[in-house]
Amino acid sequence: MTGTSALELAASVRTGARRAREVVEEHLGRIDAADAEIHAFNLVLADAAREAADAIDAAVERGDEVGPLAGVPVALKDNMCTRGVPTTCSSRILDGWCPPYDATVVTRLRAAGAVVVGKTNLDEFAMGSSTENSAFGPTRNPHDVTRVPGGSSGGSAAAVAAGFAPLALGSDTGGSIRQPAALCGVVGVKPTYGVVSRYGLVAFASSLDQIGPFATTVADAALLFEVIAGHDPCDSTSIPGPAPAVRDALDRGVDGLRIGIVDELTDVDGVQREVRDAVLAAAAALEAAGATVERVSVPSTTYGVSAYYLIAPAEASSNLARYDGVRYGLRVDASDVATMNAATRDVGFGREVKRRIMLGTYALSAGYYDAYYGQAQRVRTLIVRDFERVYETYDALLSPTSPTVAFALGAKTADPLSMYLSDVCTIPTNLAGHPAMSVPFGRHDRLPIGVQVLAPALGESVMFRVARVIESAAPPHTGGAS
Amino acid sequence: MSEWETVIGLEVHVELATATKLFCSCVNEFGAEPNTFVCPVCLGLPGSLPVLNERAVEFALRVGEAFHFDVPERSIFHRKNYFYPDMPKDFQTSQYDEPICVGGFLEIDGRRIGIVRAHLEEDTGKTVHVGGGGRIHDATHSLVDYNRAGVPLLEIVSEPDLRSAEEAQRYVEELRATLRAIGVSDVKMEEGSLRIDANVSVRPVGALEYGTRAEIKNLNSLRSLRRAIDHEVARQIARLEAGERVEQETRHWNEDDGQTHSMRSKEEAHDYRYFPEPDLVPIAPTSEMRATVRSSMPELPAARRARLVEQWGIGEHEAAVLVATDGLAEYAEAAVQALTAGTAKDVANWATGELLGFLNETGLSPQVLPLAPDGLAELVALVADATLSRGQAKDVLGEALRDGKRPTAIVADRGLAQVSDESALSAAIDDVLAANADAVSEYRAGDDKVRKKKRGFLMGEAMKALRGQGNPQVLTRLLDQKLDAP
Amino acid sequence: MVHVARLARLGLTDDEIEQLTAELAKILDHAALVSALDTASVPPTAHPVPLQNVLRADTPRPGLDRDEVLAAAPAVEDHRFRVPRILGEAP
Repeated sequence: MTGTSALELAASVRTGARRAREVVEEHLGRIDAADAEIHAFNLVLADAAREAADAIDAAVERGDEVGPLAGVPVALKDNMCTRGVPTTCSSRILDGWCPPYDATVVTRLRAAGAVVVGKTNLDEFAMGSSTENSAFGPTRNPHDVTRVPGGSSGGSAAAVAAGFAPLALGSDTGGSIRQPAALCGVVGVKPTYGVVSRYGLVAFASSLDQIGPFATTVADAALLFEVIAGHDPCDSTSIPGPAPAVRDALDRGVDGLRIGIVDELTDVDGVQREVRDAVLAAAAALEAAGATVERVSVPSTTYGVSAYYLIAPAEASSNLARYDGVRYGLRVDASDVATMNAATRDVGFGREVKRRIMLGTYALSAGYYDAYYGQAQRVRTLIVRDFERVYETYDALLSPTSPTVAFALGAKTADPLSMYLSDVCTIPTNLAGHPAMSVPFGRHDRLPIGVQVLAPALGESVMFRVARVIESAAPPHTGGAS
Repeated sequence: MSEWETVIGLEVHVELATATKLFCSCVNEFGAEPNTFVCPVCLGLPGSLPVLNERAVEFALRVGEAFHFDVPERSIFHRKNYFYPDMPKDFQTSQYDEPICVGGFLEIDGRRIGIVRAHLEEDTGKTVHVGGGGRIHDATHSLVDYNRAGVPLLEIVSEPDLRSAEEAQRYVEELRATLRAIGVSDVKMEEGSLRIDANVSVRPVGALEYGTRAEIKNLNSLRSLRRAIDHEVARQIARLEAGERVEQETRHWNEDDGQTHSMRSKEEAHDYRYFPEPDLVPIAPTSEMRATVRSSMPELPAARRARLVEQWGIGEHEAAVLVATDGLAEYAEAAVQALTAGTAKDVANWATGELLGFLNETGLSPQVLPLAPDGLAELVALVADATLSRGQAKDVLGEALRDGKRPTAIVADRGLAQVSDESALSAAIDDVLAANADAVSEYRAGDDKVRKKKRGFLMGEAMKALRGQGNPQVLTRLLDQKLDAP
Repeated sequence: MVHVARLARLGLTDDEIEQLTAELAKILDHAALVSALDTASVPPTAHPVPLQNVLRADTPRPGLDRDEVLAAAPAVEDHRFRVPRILGEAP
């Protein structure tokens, strides 16, 4: 039901075959019809989108260069700064805040002719795996509205799955793009750390956060990836030099590639049999296409979740200190500044955010640093070394993206640890800084399954090639909302 | 009762004179309208990221050279986490256990004072307290300006090697002179571009272990540094001699009552939860970076003082005064270059005397004086060739400094040129002797006392006849010859 | 937990403290998996990408418009951010 791909839309707008305004109206119409139920968006920018579309159409008429995403509607996770447009992180503490600047990815999108149609819902400050931790209510899975879309970029995943926009951006700290992509049956990419600028992305865990695309096809994801990737002098951790080129290599196939299925991420407790079978079926398809596929062991990945839940909350506790009621956002008044800070933060932050701030503060506090944060950073080294060793032999790796298909709303909210464990397959690549992506492959119980493709640092080109082959071999009715 | 030894270590925060802040491109400038030099980064807006200023690194490396520091292959930034409204991110980005400079020293009066480290960090914003006379404790509320937030600071931490308030002052003076000479800071204590915290303790003379120290804050001038240390030392000795303990604590110097006060608040002890700043990458000074810095190092104050003493034949004190005043030694050196007559020592005399007096009085710096260095050289030459007496020269210099006129032009305008021509002076003396024959007779008949008196009188008359422009040395010689002639 | 909440400037209720204590204990139990590993010879990884000397030219650029900046603030006085009284000096 998503209809035309971003590539096709952009091509038709660029040639004047379709007007950007018409494309945008069509998508706004879908949002209007269905988003009350899905709640993918915190904010729909209908007027601004129409204006931007008209400007593209005028440029096309003048014969001006309009960019590779001309007239393509794009949904933005609401933790990316948009100048003069509210950016809430789905938190009460930022309610009403309008950034005075655009994130680098937003600038790049605009320059490429994309039309931002709205800001999408997320788990507050990107902390969660179900988009239920939003101050503005949960997003629902377009495939089954009683189920979660995954998270934290659940709004962006649902928007693409529901056909509200052919493309969306999310952010991935421990799986926040790939896991919702899997649960919503769309393609989701977490690029190599440092390939996409984080400038203007509201930080959750700075050494893990990375922005990436959602799309309905691997080719569309590649298109969006190339628009947002590349060095940015405003981000000190941005990798210099040109970003990996993925579109040119997309159709080179996998003949001769060596691919490993990661034991520790596939045969782990809690992975549904059907999900595991999908990974094996995808592997078989790769083999049929000429790749060598073997089982591999990356033992230290079993420590991923533990290390992650020390590192990410620690960095978050520091990143979220600035929400203190002094310069912007919410203030709950009190007679002295410290009480005002505490009252503001108590009212402004939701439960999960407070939980992680407490956890992170504890992990960094005197006497515990070495045992917790310091130790987690060393384990991180072990994970990097393990992956590097395996990548000496293999070009890419496979695993499930999420252990299960979409679960019911409320199923895991009472037990934080069970929610954390739904990121078990995605977390290790964030710790290593490597790229990984989720590709829809079959269904279980009418719900989409995602297969994860992992690659070494800056290995996006091979990763996309593998993903493309998996996509083309996917069973019928794999993608899109039913 | 035992004798006590004072032990002092100083933490000096220096604002670096970069054009922009440490992590963003906002202007680094003192005294602007509040909140006009701010951007997403230095306001700590969500999503903003820091990028390190290369000049701040270069300045830190200059400091590394100047004070003989080791510069490790790698240094990194940490986050120091605590809540305070003048800190936009509620953490300070600062170097912690891997600073850019370690293990340096400076020498004062031949004694080597160790410097533990120098590390880069960002400054905080500035808070104004409203109500209660502007004091934090009685204020009704406070107002924050973030222009200063993110300004680069270098914190220079000495070893506890200083033994008196005077020595602490000498250390700061030497530090300031050197920092100014290498161009990394304007080191103005009154504008807060150099701030000092003092760690002070006492111990019985001969003891090997240090006593418990107090950290004293709010030292806004060298005078308060000295006073605060003296007061704190006396306070600690009094406690110890009364059998009490010295608490390890932070104390606030109050300039008005001349005492230090405990800053202990009811809040819990701080736990800064340092961890490596994930938004910044390590600094690894390359050999090129270090070579560039090394090749551009100017002469340091200690070396310059030694050279001036040696080359100009002036005293240590005079050399110290020349070097201690920003731009004065440069001015004097330029004047010496331009000399046509007279000596470098003469230049130094004028520079540390009348010229320095004028600078202090007007607050001007030598770079903007109306009189250029070659003007001072001209004045020295006018005295050397006896055109002007020293007294006249002083007047001329005063006018030259005020109006920017050349000394030769002033001499010409005022007809000041000193009469040294012997025939003119001789004629004038002859007239005076003829008109005062009585005095001449009394001189010749009188004893020493009378002779001295009459000679002074005749000298005055001769000078009067010459309208004060007679060369006194020549005039005295000629007068004596004539009076003593048979 | 009360100490940690104070460090984090979170004004938590007693109920919240109690519940968080139980939840965090469970999560930290899981984290103990990591604490138990022998990593004595392993250096920490703070950055996934090994970059160094990322520096910016010392060239000023215009900042934000003051009115826009102050418009976002909860309270403003005299072109400055207004806050309630501060009880202690900065550390």
